[in-house]
Amino acid sequence: MAKIIVDGVEVDVPAEYTLLQAAEAAGAEIPRFCYHERLSIAGNCRMCLVEVKGAPKPVASCAWGVRDCRPGPNGEPPEISTKSPTVKKAREGVMEFLLINHPLDCPICDQGGQCDLQDQAMAYGVDTSRFHENKRAVTDKYLGPLVRTSMNRCIHCTRCVRFTAEVAGVPDLGALWRGEDMEITSYLEKALGSELQANVADLCPVGALTHKPEAYHYRPWELTKTDSVDVMDAVGSSIRVDSRGREVMRILPRVNEAVNEEWITDKTRQIVDGLRLQRLDRPFVRENGRLRPASWQEAFAAIAARMKGTDPKRIGAIVGDLAAVEEMYALKLLMESLGVTNIDARQDGTVLSPAYGRGSYLFNTTISGIEDADAILIVGSNPRIEASLVNVRIRKRWRMAPPPIALIGENADLTYPYDYLGAGPETLADLAAGRHSFIEKLRGAERPLIIVGQGALSRPDGLAVLSTVAQLARDVGAVKDGWNGFSVLHTAASRVGALDLGLVPGDWGLDARSMAQGGVDVLFNLGADEIEIAPGAFVIYQGTHGDRGAHRADVILPAATYTEKSGTYVNTEGRVQLANRAAFAPGEAREDWAILRALSDVLGHRLPFDSLNALRAKLYASYPHLAAIETVQPADGFAAVQTLAGIGGTLGREPFASPIKDFYLTNPIARASGVMAECSALARELKLEAAE
Amino acid sequence: MAVRKLAPEELQPQSFVLSPETEAFADKEIAKYPPGRQASAVIALLGKAQEQAGGWLPRKAIEAVAAKLDMPVIRVMEVATFYTMFNLEPVGKYFIQFCGTTPCVLRGAGDIKKVLERRIGDQNHITPDGLFSWLEVECLGACSNAPMVQINDDYYEDLTTENFEKLLDDLAAGRPVKKGSQIGRNRSEPFEAVNTLQDPALYDGSLVGAWRKRFDEQAKVAETGETAAAMASVPQEARAAKPGAGRAIESEAADTPAKRAKEGETPINPVDRKEAADPSTATKGPSHTEAEPRPAPQSSKSYVASPTKDGEAVPSSPTTPVAGTPPAQAETRRDGSESKPGVVVDKDNKTS
Repeated sequence: MAKIIVDGVEVDVPAEYTLLQAAEAAGAEIPRFCYHERLSIAGNCRMCLVEVKGAPKPVASCAWGVRDCRPGPNGEPPEISTKSPTVKKAREGVMEFLLINHPLDCPICDQGGQCDLQDQAMAYGVDTSRFHENKRAVTDKYLGPLVRTSMNRCIHCTRCVRFTAEVAGVPDLGALWRGEDMEITSYLEKALGSELQANVADLCPVGALTHKPEAYHYRPWELTKTDSVDVMDAVGSSIRVDSRGREVMRILPRVNEAVNEEWITDKTRQIVDGLRLQRLDRPFVRENGRLRPASWQEAFAAIAARMKGTDPKRIGAIVGDLAAVEEMYALKLLMESLGVTNIDARQDGTVLSPAYGRGSYLFNTTISGIEDADAILIVGSNPRIEASLVNVRIRKRWRMAPPPIALIGENADLTYPYDYLGAGPETLADLAAGRHSFIEKLRGAERPLIIVGQGALSRPDGLAVLSTVAQLARDVGAVKDGWNGFSVLHTAASRVGALDLGLVPGDWGLDARSMAQGGVDVLFNLGADEIEIAPGAFVIYQGTHGDRGAHRADVILPAATYTEKSGTYVNTEGRVQLANRAAFAPGEAREDWAILRALSDVLGHRLPFDSLNALRAKLYASYPHLAAIETVQPADGFAAVQTLAGIGGTLGREPFASPIKDFYLTNPIARASGVMAECSALARELKLEAAE
Repeated sequence: MAVRKLAPEELQPQSFVLSPETEAFADKEIAKYPPGRQASAVIALLGKAQEQAGGWLPRKAIEAVAAKLDMPVIRVMEVATFYTMFNLEPVGKYFIQFCGTTPCVLRGAGDIKKVLERRIGDQNHITPDGLFSWLEVECLGACSNAPMVQINDDYYEDLTTENFEKLLDDLAAGRPVKKGSQIGRNRSEPFEAVNTLQDPALYDGSLVGAWRKRFDEQAKVAETGETAAAMASVPQEARAAKPGAGRAIESEAADTPAKRAKEGETPINPVDRKEAADPSTATKGPSHTEAEPRPAPQSSKSYVASPTKDGEAVPSSPTTPVAGTPPAQAETRRDGSESKPGVVVDKDNKTS
């Protein structure tokens, strides 16, 4: 720790802090364009100039360390001034230079109202220009379907270049030419090849890079901001949903150090148009092979008529990937009251189950815990597409000081180098038996991390694979006091919540696959669109989009998406998070729990709550850990690993394959989105090109 | 700086493979750096690739270098576009970089440029026979032999229109040419007669250590002479541990009215007073009356002198000079003589 005096206030900060960080610790605000907490320091915008006592010139506070300051003649702490007239004058000079080439197009610029340059020009700008030459003109660049460019506005902070190279790990962007001719572009203006590319538009302090799909759609001050949580993957990124009236206009990341830092994937951000396209806005009932619009009463009556004479053993329920805990709980209670044990939330067929303990299906290490791992083994997962922000964390860990990282599964580009051990269970068995050299690195590590993905678990021998991984984790000491390195990576936002609730087949119950293949006569499908349901059964689909599940349905109950209801989601680490309502569901669509409550009344098994609060009160009484919003209830890792390791089983020979074939089209909302379709087509093209 | 761009697609070769020679060179360069730092060799490799490709860098060559160094292409591209000595468009077999900076122009580079324009044409333009192209560049550092051009890797100096025309003729005909000075002088010696540095003692080693001898002699005088006596009578002042040498902030302004007053002199420089009293020189800048009224600035932060409202103070920061104010006029102000009005300053140092 080092002492430093900022504007007369003495603060004690770590010596490796920059002056900018020290000033912020002392409560002084420093304007900046190029500096960003999560990127390397460039020091090229010069806006953060401060005065250091003893230095002949103002210094860039973002690039000057506290430990680089000289103490006073009698050993006083170094002194900096952030508000002196010199500093103000220096910053005004910098601002004037920045504005020399910046076009005066704020009225037609999408960044207007959320622009760092605009804001800071209010404090440091002047109202007239002394520059009488022509402004610089730069041709706009094509950077793909998500980022719109207006390069005249670029102030060369290079945040976008640093983001793509450092965080996204896809060095696509660069600054070509030099001096006044400098231009930010991708090589030959190819589209950016990252699943995190839209973050560059968030990072851009001016309007040079803006979001293409939402260009000219809104002004930021028109929007209502709602804090929420993302459901596109099991990471549960913190997001802010901005809506205007009934319509969601955009989704932005929220800072959450424990989960997504401040990035979100393109899918999280740009499915906005999918929220309004192909929506189910009224109930439908299938008559003579065709779906016809119906009223809620008709739909409920059709269900009740069908359910009445059916044996509870021939009724089943499948839960999809986007369901919130509330409706899953309501469904569970309803099915229990009907005496149905055929209930499953694992439509991909994964073998995870609460029977082996909560520690057997959580990402126990936690996402921020990845930064402490000193050896990483990934089994049957491609974290880059299954959980991009987990991959970002692994990459962040790799950038700190490369730990040994190995992968068993698909040999994919993860943006960091790793040892490719093999493709399937045989390699895993070799490793577990100690016949592979990487075992030494895992054993030698103090905090080894083993990530097992759904590609290894949603297969016939999944349980044996899970057991082998648990044995390996036990052998290398991945689970010990203060460290749990046994982590399961999920792909579905609803999954951990469902497993917490115990939405797995009860006694003699059928699992999702058997139910879909004709094991039941009446199937209640709560938003499961990734499973093929065989003809025969009477299917009640409660969901949001006219996707695969709705096409196969006999009765459709229109429901609300995650932006249209208040719902609890538990992410892959077991972190309980709350999504809030930002808009209302279209037409006659209703919140899911309310639909189930109404249906239960018609079926004669009225659920014991009349409001969301009553539901939650009951839920929290049964599952206290779900009441602890934003926190992770750690699970007993020892017991889980012991239980799993004891299962054993025979490993198959099939190589592991990621369950996600197309990153951009993993759920009904994304499949409805035109932007995601465009991204998907482009990604396929890039893949083909790379294969050539 | 000339506008640079990538060569159009039709000029780009279909493929580019590093030749064995270039590969060997590349491996040698890469070996200079620690493992994993091979990207440090990028400039050397681009240079060699440019040599191999005939004086310019096709896109495929940039990609080949990127592949060789395991770098993203955009990073190599950044380097190739940053440095102007990487040509991104084809050049002639003899690529002439013509120096157009002041010393060369003073010595007649304008005529050389006319020759280039007449014989080759515009800049960045290759003659139909593919032999020549030229580019005006900034100073190449051979000013004493101005005017000069660089043709490929060599300098050709002391050019006149005649010898430059002959040089171009010889190059076109494939005749051997003389590098360096075209008028026969040795490097950059005086071209008429060598008058300096002719003392043989400079070269026989006899002056080695001469400075020490001189230094010792001076020290002896100081110890014994009257200077020592004078020094002894001066009271020893305690000195600050860190003298303020070189710190502009701490030194006093050289000449201010306050300083003069402190030293017991007239606070106002008599020269200034005289000048101020002279009505003809009171305002030296152009008149403030303008044909058109300036647009009214909207805040007091404007850089344009603004009409002030009643009661509002005029911003008088030293950085915002009022338009039309002349720079300091009096010649005698900045040479330290102002506080000694009796001293005649001899600017040209011609003591009579």
